[in-house]
Amino acid sequence: MEFLSYLISGISLGSVYAIIALGYTMVYGIAKMLNFAHGDVIMVGGYMSFCAMMYLGVNKWLSILIAMAVCTLLGILIEAFAYRPLRRATSLAVLITAIGVSYLLQNSALLIWSSNPKVFPSVVSGTLNAGGLSVSYVSLFTVAACIVIMVALSLFISKTKIGKAMRACSEDKDAARLMGINVNFTISVTFAIGSALAAIAGVLLCSSYPTLTPTTGAMPGIKAFTAAVFGGIGSIPGAFLGGILLGIIESFAKAYISTQLSNSIVFAVLIVVLLVRPAGLLGKKITEKV
Amino acid sequence: MNKKTKMVEVPSHAIIPERDLDKSPILEISHLGIDFGGLTAVDDFSITVGRTEICGLIGPNGAGKTTVFNLLTNVYTPTRGAIILDGKSTAGKSTAQVNRMGIARTFQNIRLFSNMSVIDNVKVGMHNSIKEGFVSSIFHGMGYFKAEKAAAERALELLDFFGMTDVANDEAGSLPYGAQRRLEIVRALATNPGIILLDEPAAGMNPSETAELMENIRRIRDTFQIAVMLIEHDMNLVMGVCEGICVLNYGKIIAKGTPEEIKANPTVIEAYLGKRKEA
Repeated sequence: MEFLSYLISGISLGSVYAIIALGYTMVYGIAKMLNFAHGDVIMVGGYMSFCAMMYLGVNKWLSILIAMAVCTLLGILIEAFAYRPLRRATSLAVLITAIGVSYLLQNSALLIWSSNPKVFPSVVSGTLNAGGLSVSYVSLFTVAACIVIMVALSLFISKTKIGKAMRACSEDKDAARLMGINVNFTISVTFAIGSALAAIAGVLLCSSYPTLTPTTGAMPGIKAFTAAVFGGIGSIPGAFLGGILLGIIESFAKAYISTQLSNSIVFAVLIVVLLVRPAGLLGKKITEKV
Repeated sequence: MNKKTKMVEVPSHAIIPERDLDKSPILEISHLGIDFGGLTAVDDFSITVGRTEICGLIGPNGAGKTTVFNLLTNVYTPTRGAIILDGKSTAGKSTAQVNRMGIARTFQNIRLFSNMSVIDNVKVGMHNSIKEGFVSSIFHGMGYFKAEKAAAERALELLDFFGMTDVANDEAGSLPYGAQRRLEIVRALATNPGIILLDEPAAGMNPSETAELMENIRRIRDTFQIAVMLIEHDMNLVMGVCEGICVLNYGKIIAKGTPEEIKANPTVIEAYLGKRKEA
């Protein structure tokens, strides 16, 4: 029974990682850059939902929509002002900019909301008790949300014309341009979707772990990035698989080995996987033509 | 007071097929040039292409032929000169905008979206003619299904033109070489261009495939009533299918004319074979 409850909490945590990892992997797949500010968009999403509930007194579901709208806009703005001017710069310059944006968001949040943790009211409360097993509804809700998002996103990318444009841009931007595709717009859409997902992840994360501080997004952000690399960065099923596995590993490590060591164990697993499969679990093997 | 009229340069003494005389030319290029640092890659390039003309661009390796294609599609920004596509200047437009104005191209080395299916490659080409709203495609509304169905039908029609409907759902990268070349042409046609630029379409093809390609180039012109401009080293193809030919050497036009005129032109022969040693 204990095992099962650790497994479920692992899957639930993993679902949050998976939703965040989708943002990393989509942006990487299309813009070929690592958006390290992604984790902090989660934090902004959390605060937005919190403020909407506390100060505007809106219903919790509406607060999620508000958080998504704000984060979508934020993602588009970050892309337009921080990354677009660097489209032809070296990847290192873009990476450093992303870290800069990350600190900018954290410190802005510190100015606005101070470092005092806010207690986030869970969007779903209550616990399901069945046969000695107790699972919080928020865990179940998180897993369900993750599955719905995964399916919807996969359909969006494979079936719609914007999805096709995204795949085309990820393969060959110049050829896509010559087919009349507006590459900048396509990249903006990618950031918008990734950031909207980050807002959802922020609310779900804060619902399970209710303390909200300006650095709330940093650690889950790094872990979700790990999950994306673990599953094969650029691959959407990879982000899902990587996220879930990472959540389970973390949960078991906390339960059976040591709470303090759980993060080290998570990253150790990443190192081992990358040694054996450098492209990640579902990543495409890159064979160089000779 | 007399208002000042802005005068613009237009290409003069150009040649186009007689049947296109009553229509405005699809492409008018005047004094086009580009410098890379101190190096002049293309200079004083002026040609006019008729509405339904098949036009060849030939020249020795490194003459600047692909550079001309890159200038026409605004992949490179011209240093000098003007490009008038379908009566409108392409100056200051993005590559995607120029494509929407009516220019499509294929590549010397195939650049398909190789992880996507054959039909999706064609649909990417149709990107700007598929009218599914952003909201509608997210929520899969009625507009979405209607637009997707119309797009799929049109894509299949285009594939059928090259007898490729049976591989519509295969991965583009898994097709044999000749089929990939054909698919690149279909994808370019899907953007609904007024002129299609083919960069070495016969590269790596055997004589029977080349003969089929020649037939296809004529069929494209006749069916879609568009102009074709091609870069090619295979002289049988160039002389067999092109109506007007333009010869480029060291970035400059050294000859323009019909295949017969080009074949007999001593400057062209010299550029390809070198000067005959005086005995």
